[in-house]
Amino acid sequence: MTALEAGSAVQRRVGGWYQRATSRWCYVFLLPALVLTAMFTFYPMVMSWVYSTMDWAGFSNDMTFVGLGNYRELLGDHMFWSALGRSMIFVLVGTPLRVGLALVVAVILNRQVMRLSVAFRTLFFLPVMASASIIGVVMTFVLSPNNGPINTALAGTGLAGSPVEFLSDPKLAIWTALLVHTWKNFGITMIYWLAALQTVPAEYYEAARIDGAGWAGLVRHVTMPILLPFALIIIVLTAKENLQAFAIIQAMTQGGPYFSTQVMEIFIYRTAFAADEAGGVPRLGYASAAGCFFGTVTLLLALVQLWVARRVAETRRELGRARGDAT
Amino acid sequence: MTGDASSTAAPPRPAEGARPGGGRRVQQGRFSRRDRRWAVIMSAILVPIVIVWVYPFIWTVSSSLKSSSEIFGSLSPFSPVLRIGNYAQAWRDAQMGRYFFNTVFVTGFSILIAVLTAALMGYVLGRYRFAGKKVVIAVLALAVFLPEGYTIIPVYDLIDRLHLTNSLWGVTLAEAGGVNIVAVLLFAGYFAQLPAELEEAARIDGAGFLRTFTSVYLPLARPVTATAVIMQFLHSWNDFLLPLVLTLTRPELRTLSVGIYALRGQYLSDWGVMTAGATIALAPIVVVFLLLQRHFVESIAGAVKG
Repeated sequence: MTALEAGSAVQRRVGGWYQRATSRWCYVFLLPALVLTAMFTFYPMVMSWVYSTMDWAGFSNDMTFVGLGNYRELLGDHMFWSALGRSMIFVLVGTPLRVGLALVVAVILNRQVMRLSVAFRTLFFLPVMASASIIGVVMTFVLSPNNGPINTALAGTGLAGSPVEFLSDPKLAIWTALLVHTWKNFGITMIYWLAALQTVPAEYYEAARIDGAGWAGLVRHVTMPILLPFALIIIVLTAKENLQAFAIIQAMTQGGPYFSTQVMEIFIYRTAFAADEAGGVPRLGYASAAGCFFGTVTLLLALVQLWVARRVAETRRELGRARGDAT
Repeated sequence: MTGDASSTAAPPRPAEGARPGGGRRVQQGRFSRRDRRWAVIMSAILVPIVIVWVYPFIWTVSSSLKSSSEIFGSLSPFSPVLRIGNYAQAWRDAQMGRYFFNTVFVTGFSILIAVLTAALMGYVLGRYRFAGKKVVIAVLALAVFLPEGYTIIPVYDLIDRLHLTNSLWGVTLAEAGGVNIVAVLLFAGYFAQLPAELEEAARIDGAGFLRTFTSVYLPLARPVTATAVIMQFLHSWNDFLLPLVLTLTRPELRTLSVGIYALRGQYLSDWGVMTAGATIALAPIVVVFLLLQRHFVESIAGAVKG
């Protein structure tokens, strides 16, 4: 925030009424952003908790206060727990998969000798730009057992005898969804890694090379120790993103077949907005309770991130000092 | 926001050349033969991987130019006849044209609202001292760490109370809402480092606070504005959940993301039309990305280095 303080120098040179007029203008300039933040960040946060204690069957209907009733019901709701379990699969399997693969690619692309680096980076990043729901819809065609290109390729190479039901086999669908989500967002994690790799000072490599370290030695003794704090941030960011796969899954399977791809976000959406499609009544209070539970998980991740970021800043300061002493 | 660890590197800055995409390519002589052989092998491995990686995009674009029967069972991206008719059909019959304009409307106005509010806030945070500044900064910091995405029910309810459900303005406001704090900080940092003399000169020329901002400072902040516009463009153009729930009962207000999702069932057998629709939705973002990719990738990289 030091940059924010610097501007104040202007004011020390100007006097009385001008300063009063200026500070009035300051509040006018702040107002729109503060109103939007209040409306779309703080109000929804507070109201989520309020609604979660209500029995509420639709936006026009009245609510009745049920206290912790919704939470108590969630504890016994088999659908809720299996949705949470699927979200955990996304975090616990999806995160190491994406973070690991992205690191391998980033280390390769970061080497100066790779002349096509920019082209590779751009192409790996391409799916990140596309709308998740459109990716989801396109994937239903790409993965279709009826002559979809992937099944055509599998049949052509003789890898699969009969068409693979990627999205209609309840056992397979969740893993397909996880892979598509990983493919779509891989590029972001790769860019994070590349950014982290670039903070490794080149003279460290040169020094290690003079000491006779090979490529593996450089990775182990130079890259890894410096990357560790970044790794923690990247893991948290990726894990948080893996909790947000709504658009892709909704567009591919709507949570089906037989709820086999229903992750937390789909559970909340279904309970609140799509209940009548399934012949039920929308339960907004109940969905809010699930949302608050889920939000708390995300918030805990964000707090870990905050803590880690502070540690990284400390490490970097120490690193800077160490380097300052050396030169 | 920028990585000071790399920018404080030794004067000859050997680190610069090590950046992928750092632009400057050093002479081949710098690398040993072993290094070069390694790079060739790695490239040979990566090329097929990358082709498979982007194959869904290639398939989508090429299928949009084929008839459904030509798509089935063929992996070749080349089609005997280019069927532009799929696009005409997607644009008119499948209403992609209408969805396209809805998306342009929502994206355009949400960029306007989001970038303007961020610039205003960033300007005063970056240049002025006023009572309550610390409180504003604390509120912003808190907003960064509050989780988003699960608050869809209260957001829907709020838009409903404002009588904006089933209107494009409701979607626009919700997309712009939840101010982009990264953009505010970018603006604040940028405005803070501009010289104070500009303001004094403007004041001597008789410009007030507002005029100093609109005709002196804001025009200078073009690079930051570009970054903020790209960030909001991606967010609004691609978003799915908000436009989905805010237009549930008014199909004609759908954005492209929602429209293609909703059409999937109806056009399940007409792959040509669906892929043409997907191409219409993807093309603007891919074009913008390819034009600005370095700029954009760096602003993302900044987030983790920060």
